[in-house]
Amino acid sequence: MKTSLAADERAEASRERRQADVVAALGEVMPRGAILFRHEDTVSYECDALTAYRTSPMVVVLPETQAEVAAVLEICHRKGVPIIARGAGTGLSGGATPHHWGVILSLAKFNKILRIDPAACTAAVQCGVRNAAISEAAAPYGLYYAPDPSSQIACTIGGNVAENSGGVHCLKYGLTLHNVLRVRGFMVDGEPVEFGSEALDAAGLDLIPLIVGSEGMLAVITEVTVRLVPKPQLARCIMASFDDIESAGAAVASVIARGIIPAGLELMDQAMTAAVEAFVHADYDLEAAAILLCESDGTAEEVAEEIARMERVLTDAGASRIEVSRDEAQRLKFWSGRKNAFPASGGISPDYMCMDSTIPRKRLAEMLHTIRQMEAKYGLRCVNVFHAGDGNLHPLILFDAQVPDEMRRCELFGADILETSVRLGGTITGEHGVGVEKLNSMCVQFSPAERRQFLAVKRVFDPLELLNPGKVIPSLHRCAEYGKMHVHRGMLPFPDLPRF
Amino acid sequence: MHAQDPALATLIDRVLAARAHGSPVEIRGGGTKFFYGEPPKGEPLDVTPLAGIASYEPTELVVTVRAGTLLANLEAALEEQGQCLPFEPPRFAAGGTVGGMVAAGLSGPARANAGGVRDHVLGLTLLDGRGQLLTFGGQVAKNVAGYDVSRLMAGSLGVLGVICEVSLKVLPLNRASKTLSFDWDESRALEQLTLWASQPLPIAGSAWHAGRLRVRLAGAGAAVTAAAGKLGGTEVAAEAAWDWWTGVRDQTEGFFSLSGADLGRGERLWRLSVPSASAPVRLPGEQFIEWNGAQRWWRTTAGTREVRAAAALAGGHATLIRGADRSGGVFTPVSDVLMRIHRGLKQAFDPERVFNPGRLYAEL
Repeated sequence: MKTSLAADERAEASRERRQADVVAALGEVMPRGAILFRHEDTVSYECDALTAYRTSPMVVVLPETQAEVAAVLEICHRKGVPIIARGAGTGLSGGATPHHWGVILSLAKFNKILRIDPAACTAAVQCGVRNAAISEAAAPYGLYYAPDPSSQIACTIGGNVAENSGGVHCLKYGLTLHNVLRVRGFMVDGEPVEFGSEALDAAGLDLIPLIVGSEGMLAVITEVTVRLVPKPQLARCIMASFDDIESAGAAVASVIARGIIPAGLELMDQAMTAAVEAFVHADYDLEAAAILLCESDGTAEEVAEEIARMERVLTDAGASRIEVSRDEAQRLKFWSGRKNAFPASGGISPDYMCMDSTIPRKRLAEMLHTIRQMEAKYGLRCVNVFHAGDGNLHPLILFDAQVPDEMRRCELFGADILETSVRLGGTITGEHGVGVEKLNSMCVQFSPAERRQFLAVKRVFDPLELLNPGKVIPSLHRCAEYGKMHVHRGMLPFPDLPRF
Repeated sequence: MHAQDPALATLIDRVLAARAHGSPVEIRGGGTKFFYGEPPKGEPLDVTPLAGIASYEPTELVVTVRAGTLLANLEAALEEQGQCLPFEPPRFAAGGTVGGMVAAGLSGPARANAGGVRDHVLGLTLLDGRGQLLTFGGQVAKNVAGYDVSRLMAGSLGVLGVICEVSLKVLPLNRASKTLSFDWDESRALEQLTLWASQPLPIAGSAWHAGRLRVRLAGAGAAVTAAAGKLGGTEVAAEAAWDWWTGVRDQTEGFFSLSGADLGRGERLWRLSVPSASAPVRLPGEQFIEWNGAQRWWRTTAGTREVRAAAALAGGHATLIRGADRSGGVFTPVSDVLMRIHRGLKQAFDPERVFNPGRLYAEL
């Protein structure tokens, strides 16, 4: 015990020396006020929106110019200091969780809209610009930026690019990837780099897909050019009730089968509906086992034609009640509950964990039933909102961190959902990213050879593994340990699933 | 997709042998795009035995196809279900394969509005230079687990590995379509295209050539009719319109074919990819504009340096598509830092440089 305390003290002293050294070096290239290292100053950077995981960062820097970013990177690279880029800190998978021996590179000050080009339908913005701010700036030209993650009033475009964020409209308008033309930033050693172009393609290998969704592990992003799209003249939404989950799931497939791509197609289960109704009072049908929100946008003619087709399909699929928004106010009311699913869950439970897997649409009902069974198995409740149109699930597992064992059961519940998603032909994350949260589940989705290849790609960009180390790609050792735990505890199903 | 599959096992053996002997292979599908890219080198590695649609569920909007499948077969299967590949890949000739389509990464007239090949790749199984089968991405539209390696393969010209199977996002066929024609010069056409692109109009293709702009509207019937009324112009008869867009897509339209005499005069066909709102590009020769101004084809005798400079001035890049003299390189060189990444990726996926050496850049 004594030895271990002494070791802790030695480690702490060594970290303090390291901290002083790094702070001094950074002080050469940045104003002192933009370097935070005292605990009381760095405490607000201890986590992102995945608040269950916290680490105290060694240093936080808030550069204001490109030159400062380059200089910070050059210093950290030379000294072998891990670098964690951070936008608004709204990420849900721990992509911005600090490293105890690392620097948080806050890009919050890069918040300028550089150019809105209405002729080219593009916007060039600094990475710290909020998602919603782009659409606000483009609004006078009748344009907007389509991807709309729920956190769009706070999250930054740099973070969206890092995570390849989605939103309720990506069924029709695509993910961040489909709406980004060019990314500028720096390599780990501070060298400037530009990926993509303002044309529709660039010379050579298409590196945009690698950068978008790389969770801050390949390069540091400081500027993004996005595609803007004309704002639809009109949007109307159908709210349809279903008496059972199966018909709601089947209705989703029918809409797509009839050749309709809705602007949004969302599903809420009864428990979720009850929670949000108490929160927003949107007159949701509390009797329904599931509610579908199905939106059409476009010209007035287009919307009229599409809404009529959607109504027919949903009626044929057995909807027990159908309501079409009369006006914009009512449409927004329909959406208010869906958009407030997270805060509403906060209202009915001290803590919740939001999952984010994707499954083939046709398995939606099956998945909901499986989740019901898991509730009994883990002794925890789960409410569900789905981006049903693209099979992206957001089960919210409710728990109380103050109750012994609930957090642990919640994590097992979550991992069970993710692994079931993989078994059903889906993926462990649709839009929130892997971060630190889903490292174990990566062992299930990818073979060792595939994970080695991810690591090889990482090292092409960042040979010393300093950019956001330890995220996204689990070590082979970790996966082996995780495999043993599975068998040992026997809590998780499918021991026959190939993992190694 | 299992390594025990006979067609796949043969490919794996070939790759391992090539690696052991240090003898590169030229990955080959239907051989319809020999003309594209730097000259192929190495022993042909025929991927066509790896054929067939592995799974297709129209309500999932996804199809999983083996690389050697004929593009024509895939398109026919989709059409039967009222669906399509929205990016309209060019077919050039009969026999083109799905693997070749992804590796070339070329898209047709709908690209500016519908997205390109890369945007529709959901997942892919790759045979790498060590003979390993690796699967990235999946069969669902929203998937951010791990780096997006599958989409990196679109347009990679096979330099990183053999595409064995690919999952693609598909979409319903448009319910209605109309083509309008306008007799306008280049500046007027570009100006109008720019203006229209910023409005909520169902534009699904545009082509300007020799003083005539053709615009295709596609989508819901009511929307197409309303937009046609708004845009004006002269409506092109449905059959003629279909022929026209097919000719543009497959480059069988007259502008794209260079005769022996044309080649003899030193004429070459270039593809300039530029920001859509760029000012007119000035080069000697003849031009064909697509993608609302973002793709400008040139038949020109101008030298490589001049063409690349014109593209760079407009903020884009130029690719040599057809022509006798290829000494200046087919693709626009990338920056030093990007070339280091290119070389690193080649090393990571194909350390012994087995696949398509030099097809994209001499260094790869």
